[in-house]
Amino acid sequence: MYPARFEYVRPESLDEAIGALEEDAKVLAGGMSLIPLMKLRFAAPAKLVDINRIEGLDGLAEDGGRLRIGPLVRHGACERSPLLRGRYGVLGEAARLIADPIVRNLGTVCGSLAHADPSGDWGSAMLAVRAEVVARGPNGERVIPIDEFFVAPFTTSLQPGEILTEVRVRDASVRAGGAYLKLERKVGDFATAAVAVHLSFSNGTVERAGIGLTAVGPTNLRASEAEQSLVGKAVDDAAIEEASRLAAQAAQPVADVRGSAEFKRQAIRVLTARALRKAAQATGESESFSGHETIEGVMEEIREKEES
Amino acid sequence: MSVTTAGATQAITVTVNGEERSVEVESRLLLVHFLRDTLRLTGTHVGCDTTSCGACTVLLDGVPVKSCTHFAIQADGREIKTVEGLMEGGQLHPIQQGFHEEHGLQCGFCTPGMMLTAVALLAENPDPSEEEIRWAISGNICRCTGYQNIVKAVQWAAAKLREA
Repeated sequence: MYPARFEYVRPESLDEAIGALEEDAKVLAGGMSLIPLMKLRFAAPAKLVDINRIEGLDGLAEDGGRLRIGPLVRHGACERSPLLRGRYGVLGEAARLIADPIVRNLGTVCGSLAHADPSGDWGSAMLAVRAEVVARGPNGERVIPIDEFFVAPFTTSLQPGEILTEVRVRDASVRAGGAYLKLERKVGDFATAAVAVHLSFSNGTVERAGIGLTAVGPTNLRASEAEQSLVGKAVDDAAIEEASRLAAQAAQPVADVRGSAEFKRQAIRVLTARALRKAAQATGESESFSGHETIEGVMEEIREKEES
Repeated sequence: MSVTTAGATQAITVTVNGEERSVEVESRLLLVHFLRDTLRLTGTHVGCDTTSCGACTVLLDGVPVKSCTHFAIQADGREIKTVEGLMEGGQLHPIQQGFHEEHGLQCGFCTPGMMLTAVALLAENPDPSEEEIRWAISGNICRCTGYQNIVKAVQWAAAKLREA
């Protein structure tokens, strides 16, 4: 399959890249979503601005009380980074479940967010940690809270001519932990459903809770009511049951080849409960699950619930 | 800033299996077609053509990438290794010997990509566990073997490389 013809430019600085962006141009970073779309002719940009040779865009570090992720940070780098464990655990876990290892060698965090696929994993993880994204364009830089970033399927609040230059995460407190659990048919498939959880604790109770949902709405969704239900509480069975029920209620799943709407809603409930337990355990505030959830395991829990 | 207009060709220089190749390419030419059709290195296979199967995996500066999802022009100035570059001095690479010894293939379609992924794994982790091998090759699909003998072949190569 051949993409349509396009102009190819390879800038050496971000300013050059921004200067080259115009209507109908696309930034080429990892290309793991853009190139397949171009090959299938769902996208035919007139110009690609390849930012891969710009120095200094692959920074992944904590600095000034913030975690900063640059535009060329690959999923694989996040998967291997010791920084994205523990209190930033939801990010490290999401990274290792994206697509497959070869795709993760090239695909980028910022590119994935800018692509805004409602089945993308990073969006939910970033909702959970309440990230901000930094956009730079001809008129300078602006900071966009993640809740204002996703507008519709494959649509963000980035303006034409803007490039996503950083994702920032406010310092997670020491007593924070997270989990990302994903139900997928096979390695490399998009999620049937997935849940990102990030919890921080103070005196044994939840200070802040972040819950992001994948593949069950027009964008990655925040389960706000579920988050609110946890604040000030210990993560015990009752709190987990209530929060996971509210998360399932927040989901807006549609039936497709991966499952019925009702199945996906129930999967969200089960995954939220598991992720909450795992996140609490990660902070020492409360058993262990692997990131890849099996359909059999999830079905079993759904049946148990129905019978009880 | 280098600019290649739509439809025009641009000279790129890529080191392929240790040999520098300078060729004129159109920006939309995919790396896999550059390798197969321009350079006639047909060991790299086109499988799914949708970034799913890993049959087209090559090493770009030592890192496994799916060459059906990469433009040739992006590889300008960089190094590519394909299955044709594994053999050295008339000797099969240990990974190739491993696939032979452990019967790591049946139809052979996934084998070049599978071997290159394994080579990159062993460069990073000379003594991987079975789980680490299975994790590393999870982006390469094999529809014949059930992976059992592929895992054994990688283990065989790992042992051989550690001896060397």
